[in-house]
Amino acid sequence: MVSRHPLIGLTDEEISNMLLEMGLKSIHELFEDVPPKLFMHGELGFSKPLTESEVKQAVKEILLKNEVLGEVKLFMGGGVWPHFIPSVVKEVLRRSELLTSYTPYQPETSQGILQALFEYQSLMAELLDVEVVNASMYDWATALGESFRMAKRITRKNKILYPHYISCERLEVAKTYSESSSIILQEYSQNKVDGSVDLEDLKNKIDKDVAAVYIEYPSYLGFIQTNIREVGEITHDYGSLFIIGVDPTILGIFESPGKLGADIVVGEGQPLGIPMSFGGPLLGIMGCRMDSQLIHQLPGRLIGLTETTRGERAYTMILQAREQHIKREKATSNICTNQTLCAVAVAVYLSLLGKNGIIELGKQILSRTRYLINRLSRIDNVQAPLFKAVHFKEFTYRVKNKKAGYILTELYKKKILAGINIDNFYRDLPEAILTCVTEIHSKSDLDMYAESLREVVEE
Amino acid sequence: MSYRQAKWIEPTIFEMSRSGAVGVDFPEIDEELQRELKEALEEIPEGLRRRELSLPELSELEVVRHFTRLSQMNFSISTGMYPLGSCTMKYNPVMNEELAVDEKILNVHPLQPVETVQGCLEIMWRLEQVLKEITGMSRFSLQPAAGAHGEFLGCLIIRAYHRDKRLHNKNIMIVPDSAHGTNPASATMAGYEVKVVKSDKDGCVDINQLEKMVDEKIAGVMLTNPNTLGVFEKNIDKIVDIIHGVDGLLYYDGANLNALLGKVRPGDMGFDIVHLNLHKTFSTPHGGGGPGSGPVGVVDKLVDYLPSPLVNYDESRKIFYLDYDRPKAVGKIKMFYGNFNVLVKAYAYLLRMGGEGLRKVAEISVLSSNYLLYKVKRLKGVSLPFAPEAPRKHEFVVSLSKIYKETGVTAKDIAKRLLDYGFHAPTVYFPLIVDEAFMIEPTESESKKELDNFFNVLSRVIEEAYSNPEKVKSAPHNTSVARIDEVKASHPKTMTPSWRVYVKRGSKL
Repeated sequence: MVSRHPLIGLTDEEISNMLLEMGLKSIHELFEDVPPKLFMHGELGFSKPLTESEVKQAVKEILLKNEVLGEVKLFMGGGVWPHFIPSVVKEVLRRSELLTSYTPYQPETSQGILQALFEYQSLMAELLDVEVVNASMYDWATALGESFRMAKRITRKNKILYPHYISCERLEVAKTYSESSSIILQEYSQNKVDGSVDLEDLKNKIDKDVAAVYIEYPSYLGFIQTNIREVGEITHDYGSLFIIGVDPTILGIFESPGKLGADIVVGEGQPLGIPMSFGGPLLGIMGCRMDSQLIHQLPGRLIGLTETTRGERAYTMILQAREQHIKREKATSNICTNQTLCAVAVAVYLSLLGKNGIIELGKQILSRTRYLINRLSRIDNVQAPLFKAVHFKEFTYRVKNKKAGYILTELYKKKILAGINIDNFYRDLPEAILTCVTEIHSKSDLDMYAESLREVVEE
Repeated sequence: MSYRQAKWIEPTIFEMSRSGAVGVDFPEIDEELQRELKEALEEIPEGLRRRELSLPELSELEVVRHFTRLSQMNFSISTGMYPLGSCTMKYNPVMNEELAVDEKILNVHPLQPVETVQGCLEIMWRLEQVLKEITGMSRFSLQPAAGAHGEFLGCLIIRAYHRDKRLHNKNIMIVPDSAHGTNPASATMAGYEVKVVKSDKDGCVDINQLEKMVDEKIAGVMLTNPNTLGVFEKNIDKIVDIIHGVDGLLYYDGANLNALLGKVRPGDMGFDIVHLNLHKTFSTPHGGGGPGSGPVGVVDKLVDYLPSPLVNYDESRKIFYLDYDRPKAVGKIKMFYGNFNVLVKAYAYLLRMGGEGLRKVAEISVLSSNYLLYKVKRLKGVSLPFAPEAPRKHEFVVSLSKIYKETGVTAKDIAKRLLDYGFHAPTVYFPLIVDEAFMIEPTESESKKELDNFFNVLSRVIEEAYSNPEKVKSAPHNTSVARIDEVKASHPKTMTPSWRVYVKRGSKL
């Protein structure tokens, strides 16, 4: 048995003194109520205790087997996107006062995290143009699943309509969340040429049983649907809720979900200051209009600005009566631990960027996306993009007579992770590649992409 | 015993805004890109251009200072002892934070080709092997982002299993009255009707009532063991037999496994499904409320139902891969594979402790908890409900109802007063079966000196409750702010969930 370990608080002498004081002979007496046959035979064998430097070496050795952005050029999005993260964001997250605190159940001693979360909610509310944003969900996909359940609770209807070109993985998660609540999901069509919503199809499918209509903005494939406003109007005509799923980096340039008629907004906060980290942690954005019915059915924590009994400004968790620790089986959701620190990262990021920074970020991405699309479209046999629409951050393309898998493999040989093979995602988009461009890609990166693709295509 | 938390009169980030200030810079958009931009903007339909946006504008220094000041107004493990019962606020090794900002973690995209992410997959695979050994489960999914998320998954697995066995009428989940609130909430989310089983006089599941409740409609039971009173469910064998007797499954809420590490395994107790909170037992920081990680482990007969993908090793190709070819798997519950960054920290912690170290964690956390209990239960007005002679495990729950009756001072008041002395408060009013509950979990991280300090402060606060109750009822006095008006905070007329709501109301609270 190890007698000294840096992560154990008591010394052997302290242990003896404590046992003596309690009148015990050994620690084992404290386990005597456990039926003897339940005890493990022998020790856990997975490892001996390692020193700090040994652990670091062991973990780093394994991680060396990764090949990452920086060593390769990476043009992959599809739910997690490569973006620049200012040092200030990382520095704030390393503050161990924030890092090593628990959920702020004692608000008087936790004002720091509470104010930071209130500011996250408030900054995100400005960006989305809604009044209420919760303190976070796990990711866009789980926020989406929760939004479907929320819509069902509010409308007491059980059908949800979603777009054809939805992210398949996000849809799968939303289905998992929906199925156990007996929600029926039904797809509506999108125009094959420009990706806009097929309003006729939507009108055919929407009826009095529809709780909500969901749309992604931009679409999973990077194009902006031009008739999103009309979709909202049709949805509201039927008394259904309009849910917009958003990548918030578009919101410096493109109209806000609030102005487009959203009742509930979900989305992914990762692009605003959170690293990719092999897909987690992410940040589920979830907000709604300031409507008593909506806000009382909103899952997750909410932080509010209020006062102390002495009249000073202070922050605390509000409307906890919706949550599992009070309402138990009648709660709006089971969520407890969320993605708080990621929300703080986004608060810092948005504070740094401010109004002009968000607009500038949008311009950076919009211009670069279009630049790469144009470069690729000039290559013979390359069809880019596959939709005639404005694209933001992501777009699809295809090479005639060459498989998507082949193209991506060949580009990887040139140290380019060129996109996601979405060949089997949608029946109508065979051999398509989804590529992502952000502010981290210099023009020469984009030129290199185009040149490399030309070489592969012409081979 | 004097303490004073930092207090800044720190405005909101919105009030600090100075028009024109910038906190970040971007690369120049050259002429060619400007042309692209102009054309792209022209292509956007007028109705889809954003016209209004009111985010604050600040310099980089202002942002740094603001958030540094906020962090100083936040109690944390780094600041002081955090005996918050059921939350396992042990020391979070700083080493882990350094490891977790490795570019080889941060800059990996989840959809990269499998041969470029062998490091990530190997860490996940190795972590799974260790978790299997600790719990006695056959396989784990690392997908859940938190404990409650894991519970939801566990319930979905139970449903999938029973459907597969054509046991379609199993729609009831049993949960003890001492359970965490997430248990009934998760079971409901997964479509179950929840039935509550009472605790007996020893604080354990009432076996007689359980036997009467159980029939073919029972899907399973969700248990915490040691339960939330800190008491080991001594009849676990019987519970297992009763539930398995009707083809039900046993779900182990292992949010907090500290007391049993390296000593007793949920699998050996007869549990079928386990979730673990890596942000509790395995030391990854709680981050003020997340991100966490809540892996779910299952016994052999349930492996097929774990969500895809699982990480497997292909012996012939010597390569780790993501296995999606699992037709019986329940649907995904999250994008990608889980909170990978958190997984790395937990793995590093496990290596640091080793098997021996983990057993030590169990023993010391139980010793420290019982040591405090030994002293605390002798304090005036404090009682230990349920099985007063049974040792507790990593945490214990005392009742302060006598203090309340004699002085009018509540458990909440005592909790607030502890903040004044530089300690975080224990969990209060949970579990629900104890009046004026006060739930203390010291963890293995604290020294005897700190345990004694905590005891001395608690004892002083209880004395104050008798000698100067107003001082305790009006606490805290030494924190960044005084006691908060919780009623006003959630009142429909004054509720302020965002800055824009505040402004719209005429900047009044």
